[in-house]
Amino acid sequence: MANDPIHQFQISKIVPIEIGGLDVSFTNASLFMVATVAIAAGFLYFATGQRALIPGRAQSVAEMAYEFVANMLREGAGSQGMKFFPLVFSLFMFILTANLIGMFPYFFTVTSQIIVTFALSILVIGLVVLFGFYKHGLRFLKLFVPSGVPIVLMPLVIAIEVISFLARPISLSVRLFANMLAGHITLKVFAGFVASLGALGALGVGGAILPLIMTVALTGLEFLVAFLQAYVFAVLTCMYLNDALHPDGH
Amino acid sequence: MFVTSAYAQTAPAATDPHAAPAGETHTETGVAHGGEHAGGGNFPPFDANYYPSQLLWLVITFGLFYLVMQKVIAPRLAGIIEGRHGRIAQDLDEANRLKAEADAAVETYEKELAAARAKAQGIADKAREAAKQKAAADRTAIEAELAQKVSAAEAHIAEIKAKAFADVGQIAEETASAVVDQLIGAKASGEDIKAAVAAAKTEA
Repeated sequence: MANDPIHQFQISKIVPIEIGGLDVSFTNASLFMVATVAIAAGFLYFATGQRALIPGRAQSVAEMAYEFVANMLREGAGSQGMKFFPLVFSLFMFILTANLIGMFPYFFTVTSQIIVTFALSILVIGLVVLFGFYKHGLRFLKLFVPSGVPIVLMPLVIAIEVISFLARPISLSVRLFANMLAGHITLKVFAGFVASLGALGALGVGGAILPLIMTVALTGLEFLVAFLQAYVFAVLTCMYLNDALHPDGH
Repeated sequence: MFVTSAYAQTAPAATDPHAAPAGETHTETGVAHGGEHAGGGNFPPFDANYYPSQLLWLVITFGLFYLVMQKVIAPRLAGIIEGRHGRIAQDLDEANRLKAEADAAVETYEKELAAARAKAQGIADKAREAAKQKAAADRTAIEAELAQKVSAAEAHIAEIKAKAFADVGQIAEETASAVVDQLIGAKASGEDIKAAVAAAKTEA
């Protein structure tokens, strides 16, 4: 079982709960969601507790995260987009923390579950659609009608735009999910090579050096991916929110 | 990636017989029953059995996280950063004000310095002028005095000269009458001698 690269994604019940026939048990996934939220919120809460004029290390990190997301949102969706700051900041911090927690051995990666990433992306796209119609009414549909396109091509272009819009929640969720899943599987597989080659004797131990180097390198890469995917998710959220704020401003 | 997928397929098959404890098989079968209906298979992320639980807990945890971010963290961070920006702007203003003050002080100092310098120059000029005037006055006074003395001396000399000339006439007349007396034994009249002396005097 130690070598099974899929085992790390296995969900197991900790506290079985069933409401109305639905199994809503508190699982290890739920536990790590709680841990993610507790760590991210706790860090931000205590890092900013002093409200120092000259920030300490923790406060600097919290401020950097704030400025990072604020600049991203301002560039992506303009200053009007700042009203969505808490959402984008929450998404960024939640995904980043979940990804980073997943880097610890034996820890569960919340974002490696397609349903979690899909729910987050549906949250974003749902908000975009609702806010777009609330703010602009039917003018929001101009999003699908790029300006300066010949009438003849219009149906085709509109069809493409609609399909690409519908594909957004899928691409948004699958990108994060697949990156985390593939990264963790690859890491596990190479680490598994080290163990199984090392068990073969002296020659095997010599041969195990290569996958060991690979594992170390992949660990570094996975930390990068953990940050990058949180960033990509947040940036795309900003861009989609921009569509909701300025549907005709392609 | 090639290696990964191949390994991923072979690894469970290779390891499953070795490590399949009782508890594990229970969950595996439980998963398999529901999973087949949902079309998710055995792959945990696609196991629809846990979707309600995942969703519920995600909503609870992320909802709470969002609330904390919105109510506490974001305003706090915004406050900190805006406070710092405000403080920096205020400090910059203060620094500008102080610099302007220092500039003004330097300007007044320089103005006062220039004024003092001009004043000193004036005083020196005045003193020099006064000294020059005094020197000129003194010189003219001394010159006048000297001229007076010179003219007095000249007048005295002239007086002495005139007196001498007068004496010279008288002596000449006496000498002439004596000479005439000796030579011709007759007394020449005073009038003649006087005329002769005068004639000789003008000739000389």
